[in-house]
Amino acid sequence: MLTAAEIEDGLDDAMKEHVKRVIDIDKLSLTFQTNDGPVHALSDIDLKIDEGDFVSFIGPSGCGKTTLLRVIADLEQPTAGSITVNGVSPQEARLNRAYGYVFQAAALYPWRTIAKNVALPLEIMGLSRAEQQDRIARNMELVNLAGFEKKYPWQLSGGMQQRASIARALAVEPDLLLMDEPFGALDEIVRDHLNEQLLQLWAKTNKTVVFVTHSIPEAVFLSTKIVVLCPRPGRIYDVIESDLPRDRNLDIRESPEFLKIAHRVRDGLRAGHSYED
Amino acid sequence: MTDTTLSSPRTNLSPFAGLMSGTVGPVTVVVLAILAIWYIAAAALNTPFQQDMYERAGQEHVQFTQLIADTWAQERPVLPAPHQVVVEIWNTTVEKKITSKRSLIYHSSITLSSTLLGFLIGTTLGILLAVGIVHSRVLDKSLMPWIISSQTIPILAIAPMIIVVLNAIGVSGLLPKAMISTYLSFFPVTVGMVKGLRSPEVIHMDLMHTYSATRVQAFWKLRLPYAVPFLFTSMKIGMAASLVGAIVGELPTGAVAGLGARLLAGSYYGQTIQIWSALIVAAILAGSLVALIGIMEKVALKRMGMAQ
Repeated sequence: MLTAAEIEDGLDDAMKEHVKRVIDIDKLSLTFQTNDGPVHALSDIDLKIDEGDFVSFIGPSGCGKTTLLRVIADLEQPTAGSITVNGVSPQEARLNRAYGYVFQAAALYPWRTIAKNVALPLEIMGLSRAEQQDRIARNMELVNLAGFEKKYPWQLSGGMQQRASIARALAVEPDLLLMDEPFGALDEIVRDHLNEQLLQLWAKTNKTVVFVTHSIPEAVFLSTKIVVLCPRPGRIYDVIESDLPRDRNLDIRESPEFLKIAHRVRDGLRAGHSYED
Repeated sequence: MTDTTLSSPRTNLSPFAGLMSGTVGPVTVVVLAILAIWYIAAAALNTPFQQDMYERAGQEHVQFTQLIADTWAQERPVLPAPHQVVVEIWNTTVEKKITSKRSLIYHSSITLSSTLLGFLIGTTLGILLAVGIVHSRVLDKSLMPWIISSQTIPILAIAPMIIVVLNAIGVSGLLPKAMISTYLSFFPVTVGMVKGLRSPEVIHMDLMHTYSATRVQAFWKLRLPYAVPFLFTSMKIGMAASLVGAIVGELPTGAVAGLGARLLAGSYYGQTIQIWSALIVAAILAGSLVALIGIMEKVALKRMGMAQ
């Protein structure tokens, strides 16, 4: 006879096996042909990302972290190896509108109000007006921007603009959120605040997030998995599975577990970075 | 508060400080300077002829003030004085009936109608060419050299050809003149719009790509709004060029009506005052048309939320 606890464990295991693989990258390389000869932006990348993961790419400039994100988004084409997103090619995933992409800059259209900016992808998808209104209201609420619908981008602070661009990415209702240093241009206080909000959002929606950053505390604070990349050629140096609880707040940054992970990330960055040249 | 109490006595010290701080003061000074130079130049240029006149009339020892006054009141001066031009403009606009062949308003309206028609066709053509060039590499490579070389031909050389050819196929009246305006005004619009439609930042184009937007969607939602400020700037240049085209188009045909006809008639009969008044009216016309586009630009950008 099985006890209730054993049945639960069994179910858990079964669930784990059925966790959907969102991104599967296998021996992927990308070489740019430039006038100064080939540049090996990415070399021999192997990476698996499962549904519900919060994965950070961290590394020094030129390590290919943004390029890797752009490959996932079908904004760059790999020159070797294979990659699938939701089991299909990145191009097909893009056409299925599988992901929302948040850029380094908010990239809001200055001639559109905030609500109209959030509506942009919805108009392109050809959704009905009622559906558009519904999604705008819901996602502006989600990023705490309710009440700013009629404002133009220049009337908002940098942090609010970036939140609006997150609302715009979420309005597509993708299961996958790709974020390229979204808070890089913001000051420390605003960044902390938005990091907390992003975690709450992630917990609420259970989306898969791939997040590019070069801030160690940001990567450790947000992620369930940290991918450390190093340059020339861009490659994965270390993959750290974080055992921090999913439900965390900023105080966790003082805990020994947090510091241990941060230390390992820093070691990885130092080892992968050669200062000779 | 302390700032205002501190600075208020200082403004009282110099009565011109307030005047010169706005735009009215400096503009007035420049206009007065131009008028002064104009009067001096008129006196200097008209003096030789005036002295000939005195000689023929047997007048000697004419007072300097008399000489100056006379140089500013000749019937056919080399350079008419500003007030002579103003009086001529007044006489041929306010004092004449609009239907009169000597009314400058009548002539202006003729030129204005072909300017506007040519400008409309030119702007439309310019936008269409730009859209084609931005979206097709073939059009970019094949059309752009022709468009640029079209503007290297002197308009005075090609204008009579256009009028003659169009007349031969039975097109006459407003349209041939408008075609010359079109010829001059499409170019700045094409160049400006090509630049404008290509100006969206890479990040904005990437955003459209992540949404899997079609080229048509990217055009209407991104490229075109981005190009609007460029469109207005090039329309201002196009409008001024259009007026020049309309006037030039009136010259080779010996047109009987229009500002160009007035210029031509004036030069036949040495009526310099008439020429200058037609020139000034043409300049006022061009200025008003460009200002009108400026107002449209302000309204449009404000409605788009781009004017802060």
